[in-house]
Amino acid sequence: MTSEHPILETRDLTIRFGGHVAVDHVSCTFQRGTLTAIVGPNGAGKTTYFNLISGQLKATSGQVFLNGADITRIPVPERTDRGIGRAFQLTNLFPSLTVRENVRLVAQAKAGKGFDMVSVAESHVELIERAEHVLAEVRLIDVADQVVAVLPHGDQRKLEVAMMIALGPQVLMFDEPTAGMSVDEVPVILDLIKTLKQDMDRTILLVEHKMDVIRSLADRIIVLHNGALVADGEPAEVIAMPIVQEAYLGKAPEAA
Amino acid sequence: MLTRLLSGDKPRSRVLTLLLLVIVISLAFAPFLFPGTKSLETAARICIFIALVASYDLLLGYAGIVSFAHTMFFGIGAYGTALAQSVTGPSFVSILWGTAAGAVVAAIFALAIGLFSLRVKAIFFAMVTLAVASAFAVLVSQMSWLTGGEDGLNYRIPRELTPAFKLIKAKVFDVRIDGKLLAYYLVFFASACLFLVMLRIVNSPFGRTLQAVRDNAFRAEAIGYRVVWYRTTATVLSAVIAALAGSLLAIWLRYTGPATTLSMEIMIDILLMVVIGGMGTLYGAVLGATIFILAQMYLQELMGVASNATSFIPFVSDLIAADRWLLWLGVLFILSVYFFPTGIVGRLRASRG
Repeated sequence: MTSEHPILETRDLTIRFGGHVAVDHVSCTFQRGTLTAIVGPNGAGKTTYFNLISGQLKATSGQVFLNGADITRIPVPERTDRGIGRAFQLTNLFPSLTVRENVRLVAQAKAGKGFDMVSVAESHVELIERAEHVLAEVRLIDVADQVVAVLPHGDQRKLEVAMMIALGPQVLMFDEPTAGMSVDEVPVILDLIKTLKQDMDRTILLVEHKMDVIRSLADRIIVLHNGALVADGEPAEVIAMPIVQEAYLGKAPEAA
Repeated sequence: MLTRLLSGDKPRSRVLTLLLLVIVISLAFAPFLFPGTKSLETAARICIFIALVASYDLLLGYAGIVSFAHTMFFGIGAYGTALAQSVTGPSFVSILWGTAAGAVVAAIFALAIGLFSLRVKAIFFAMVTLAVASAFAVLVSQMSWLTGGEDGLNYRIPRELTPAFKLIKAKVFDVRIDGKLLAYYLVFFASACLFLVMLRIVNSPFGRTLQAVRDNAFRAEAIGYRVVWYRTTATVLSAVIAALAGSLLAIWLRYTGPATTLSMEIMIDILLMVVIGGMGTLYGAVLGATIFILAQMYLQELMGVASNATSFIPFVSDLIAADRWLLWLGVLFILSVYFFPTGIVGRLRASRG
């Protein structure tokens, strides 16, 4: 059954906050192994659209399908179990715990060991090894023992990506993964996302503002504007569209 | 072996290790080191409160849940054991089933409160626990046909645990080996077991998940943890352990009443002990409970002595008159919270003593 369905689909997905329609009847399908960039001006509803897919917000109407199954009403942890992984725009980690522990907790969740209260956590060596393996991949292994709260911003962003890798979901959603990073740190993250897509055949949704990042990664771009899907296609094609030039690149400010 | 017993969670500070050793050794040999009724009373109270305060820290420090119903669970355990003794007469069997019944009732209450109110905001849970605990205290004082009301229950416990029972005729180090001594060691070892069990729980995968939930529940959900269930389980565990500590108190005192178990004053004391010792470190419960109870029991006496010694200095001797001990207890707490916001354990670990 899974092969005939797109991995992820939203159908007329809508959320209203009072009179404001933040996401407006967005219908879109995402194919396995592709990287889709979602662009649009601030307030276009990109993060809200993400929140509807990963479950932090409940849709007013419309549906979300994962592998053909309707997951619109399913709570967040179960969506995670079914294969949706979400990285957040504002750093969203466990601040008083160490870097290693943050990733280890993801591996532990994935192994379904959260309710084990008989063994000592450190005795599950495979979870620690998994965490350290991922930390080595994102080049955070040197700071594994540091508490997250004291970590520089760039490293926190890397840790966010590390947690996604440790979770290894079918669908990965990155919300501006390179925001606030120094120039020399950005390529590390981009390489990681590329690896996830190519070597691990994951489906990736990416909200990003940097056009060069989008050009180098995306197979496809969709454009949200005032909550509605206004363009969808190949990167070169979409970037050339007048509506994108207006809505996204701000060539015609009166367009809004 | 020791590391396994402590679940790999070492004190991580030389001063702290030393303090803990002093406390554990003092408690283990209390009947011989500090003979006398009052000191044994103090030692037993410290043992019980270490378990009780640690169980509250499991909830507050590790899971980040603020509850005001902890004395209710403590009381449920105490009344369970007390009622079993007074209804069926003193026997070890009735101690067992009374304790078990108390623990089960506490678990059911905690489960109900947890499922009902842990889904929503933390402040709401705190309010619900406050309301339920107050209602429970009123109920206990009103149902005097069962609970003895405000007077509480006096009952007998098995003779083997009373001073009348002599295990051996001879004295050891000038101390009678009687039932009271046995009762003390029952309290000591049971509290120690409860503490070690909790130390294991907080260092288990479950305990780590609780800390993640405390730090960032939103993110914990997003990596696949069902936060409500973790919080509810923590509430139930902490309630059951509090109930067991209550049963120990019931056995030790041979009396159970609202003032010794259910009162809001005790709830505040527990809160202070956790904060003074250091939230989120079970070892803090050991230090917090010990210091607090020692102060409660001996500060007044100490001040009386100091006041007499300084009687020739008019103002000072008035200031430290024995009657003012509560004032000074308060000052001590304010100072300790001000200077050790992370508790004594947090302070000691930070200074790498």
